[in-house]
Amino acid sequence: MSLASVTDTKLSRRSLLKGSAAAAGAFSFGFAIPVTSEAQAQGAVPEINAWVVVHPDDKVVIRIARSEMGQGTLTGLAQLVAEELDCDWAKVTTEYPTPGQNLARNRVWGNFSTGGSRGVRESHEYVRKGGAAARMMLVQAAADGWKVPAAECSAIKGVITHKGSGRSIRYGEVAAAATKLQAPAPANVPLKDPKDWTIAGKPLKRLDTADKTTGKKIYGMDFTLPGMLNAAIKDCPVFGGKVKSFDAAKIKDMPGVKHVLPVGDSAIAVVADTWWRAKTALDALPITWDEGEHAKVSSESIAAWLKEGLDAPQAAVGNQNGDVKGAIANAARVIEQVYSYPFQNHACMEVMNATALYTPERCEVWTPTQNGEAALAAASEASGLPLAKCEAYKIDLGGGFGRRGAVHDWVRQVVAIAKQIPGTPVKLIWSREEDMLHGRFHPVTQCKLTGALDKDGNLTGLHLRISGQSIVAGIFPQNIQNGRDPAVFQGLNPPGPEASIGYTVPNLLIDHAMRNPHVPPGFWRGVNLNQNTIYLECFIDELAHAAGKDPLEFRRALMKNHPKHLAVLNAVAEKAGWGSKPPEGVYRGICQTMGFGSYVAAVAEVSVDAQGKLKIHKITAATDPGHAVNPAQIERQVEGSFVYGLSAALFGECTVKDGRMVEENFDTYPVVRMEDMPAVETIIVPSGGFWGGVGEPTIAVAAPAVLNAIFAATGKRVRNLPLKNTDLRKA
Amino acid sequence: MAKLSINGKTIEVAVEDDTPLLWVIREQIGLTGTKYGCGVAQCGACTVHIDGVATRSCSMPVSALTAGQKIVTIEGLSTDGNHPIQKAWIEHDVPQCGFCQSGMIMAAAALLQSNPKPSDADIAAEITNICRCGTYNRVKAAIKDVAAGGQMNRG
Ligand code: FES
Ligand code: FES
Repeated sequence: MSLASVTDTKLSRRSLLKGSAAAAGAFSFGFAIPVTSEAQAQGAVPEINAWVVVHPDDKVVIRIARSEMGQGTLTGLAQLVAEELDCDWAKVTTEYPTPGQNLARNRVWGNFSTGGSRGVRESHEYVRKGGAAARMMLVQAAADGWKVPAAECSAIKGVITHKGSGRSIRYGEVAAAATKLQAPAPANVPLKDPKDWTIAGKPLKRLDTADKTTGKKIYGMDFTLPGMLNAAIKDCPVFGGKVKSFDAAKIKDMPGVKHVLPVGDSAIAVVADTWWRAKTALDALPITWDEGEHAKVSSESIAAWLKEGLDAPQAAVGNQNGDVKGAIANAARVIEQVYSYPFQNHACMEVMNATALYTPERCEVWTPTQNGEAALAAASEASGLPLAKCEAYKIDLGGGFGRRGAVHDWVRQVVAIAKQIPGTPVKLIWSREEDMLHGRFHPVTQCKLTGALDKDGNLTGLHLRISGQSIVAGIFPQNIQNGRDPAVFQGLNPPGPEASIGYTVPNLLIDHAMRNPHVPPGFWRGVNLNQNTIYLECFIDELAHAAGKDPLEFRRALMKNHPKHLAVLNAVAEKAGWGSKPPEGVYRGICQTMGFGSYVAAVAEVSVDAQGKLKIHKITAATDPGHAVNPAQIERQVEGSFVYGLSAALFGECTVKDGRMVEENFDTYPVVRMEDMPAVETIIVPSGGFWGGVGEPTIAVAAPAVLNAIFAATGKRVRNLPLKNTDLRKA
Repeated sequence: MAKLSINGKTIEVAVEDDTPLLWVIREQIGLTGTKYGCGVAQCGACTVHIDGVATRSCSMPVSALTAGQKIVTIEGLSTDGNHPIQKAWIEHDVPQCGFCQSGMIMAAAALLQSNPKPSDADIAAEITNICRCGTYNRVKAAIKDVAAGGQMNRG
């Protein structure tokens, strides 16, 4: 999105929203809002429908509701619309409708939320219908012009042809007439069979690359408005603490400083002409904190509390069959181990930021967000103005990974600042340090796993007791029922279409003792599938070893009732040559899981030298997402997900000391760089019939495949993440 | 007050001496292709060329520079996005979110200038920029492509 298009949208929105006061207060997700006729006005070139605008020169603008944060959803969703539209892909561009427009138009674009790898899998049907309906209207307009039945006309690449006469006409020539036609009812809009796709399903290049290679692309951090000031902020480093006092006089004469402002009761912002001056002054500002009740909490105290939950009598059940207690009591051998997973920061490359302009009549926010509607709601709440007097403009994200979706803390802050300087636009940028201290962290959990083997080494019973934090309790507490958070069991659910366990164990119990520390949790790319897959897949490996069986064969024996899980596992085993001899000094590990609607499996090849230095040579990964919308972009998502997953497994740890996070920048929070990066081979095995996500599931298999390979190489089990805390040298 | 040569132009800016070059480029000069990622020379998002050498501008105070030193930002790397590295980036569809990519491209261009045929180990040692989206393998492939084609030498 160019800066110009951001501000153009803004101008057209000003008049647009005036008539939609009826929408005020009625806003809630999934709630129907009355449409105003004024809201149909969409600028110079009228739309065919909400999804498609065709210009006289055949340029096609496809509207995208979800946010682009690197995952390629902009291109993938445009492919689906263009496929059904039968337009010329070379003429396609995209634009974002604003959350306010969606609100004013009865949420015609559906959900804006971009997370949980849902971009394609949740909206494929209605976006394809949007494209197909537009094509039907364009064809109808041509047929009307020729006075022939539409059924005698067809469209290819933006050109409509009449069979009988051979006449043809371009989309651009009939677009104006098509906009005046009645839209077909969705039930009467047939969709193509995916086997006939020519645009969707193809490994097309992304639509949004060029400006990312020249520095032209405008991110939230780069956005400016005339007369804009810049703000830097410090929130109390101890979660839940407050500002006790600050001495603005000490910095008010520093260069560029305009305002020193409290933000809520826990933060202080310095507003200056430039951000660097704001930050410099903020660093010099004496602030005393009231650290509150959590000032003594540490990683150790949290771990002790979670450990107690591993044996607590009270726990919510996620998956259960048979009699696990009996199976353990009667086992020939019982294996028991405890694993743990730490807090982690998303560490998006682009730190949190937003620009706001507040007047008593209106509040506007420009921000990178995974959910424009939630950003709008946050602006409304923080400004005290009704939704109809607010607008949020989405800017492509410099990384999201879940940080910029459910909670819009930075939007609330920038609005609180802007409200104190009405009429002056202000851009808030967090420092990296602020971003690291005030993340919404990957939840902390521990897991005790108990496995029962019979005398032949068959798994007869398995108990996973998870103890620890619930993201849902931290963000949507209303969704917790009787102390149970269903999301905690991701990847461990009973058989079904989402995040189901891939094994049948005769006696099984998976339960969760909720323990919520004061550190705010968040949805972190991969969410609970990350640690759950490590727990289950590393422990299965331990059981296989204890039973004296090959890890692949041990798994296969438990997977007869899980053909899709098994198929990807088999695919990856074959591709990686499981069972063949690896090169000297190289060892393999294998694992599988299911989540975000897709089935995934991986084989890692590693070596560990005498100094204990790990080298990950290669990871082979198989994904079954049902339908593959763009294989080239899926490959990139798989590679990227491994970087994210391996960063977490090797290095990712935020430590709590004195109630606050210790790690403040990449020097103490290392991440995977080029030198750590393995070769990645991606196999896509789409079995059809369902729509799975691709941005997240493979994260979860990176770590267990590597950890199992490390065991094969060293005989050491790494049960406490991250790996950097374990000495891999031979004992 | 500092006098700088940026993308072939001499520019005078009124800033405090200890202002990092990054923020002068972004806020005084208004070129926002150079990014802030960490501020402590860890991530490389702020990479520019100073006399052809890849430099992390967040940690370079403006007072350490003279108008004789030629600073090039991503906006000045080529006239029309047609530097061999930029073309290879498009060919390989390298960027995901793109936020780190200005820095990646500047680091890669400087590497190939000094070492037109880098080995995998050279690339890993020299390109230490952070990409949270995980584009490393595409970055490497694009660099090797340019090296193999010798475009950097043909200039
Ligand atoms: S911003 Fe300069 S290295 Fe990160
Ligand atoms: S492309 Fe997103 S951080 Fe590199």
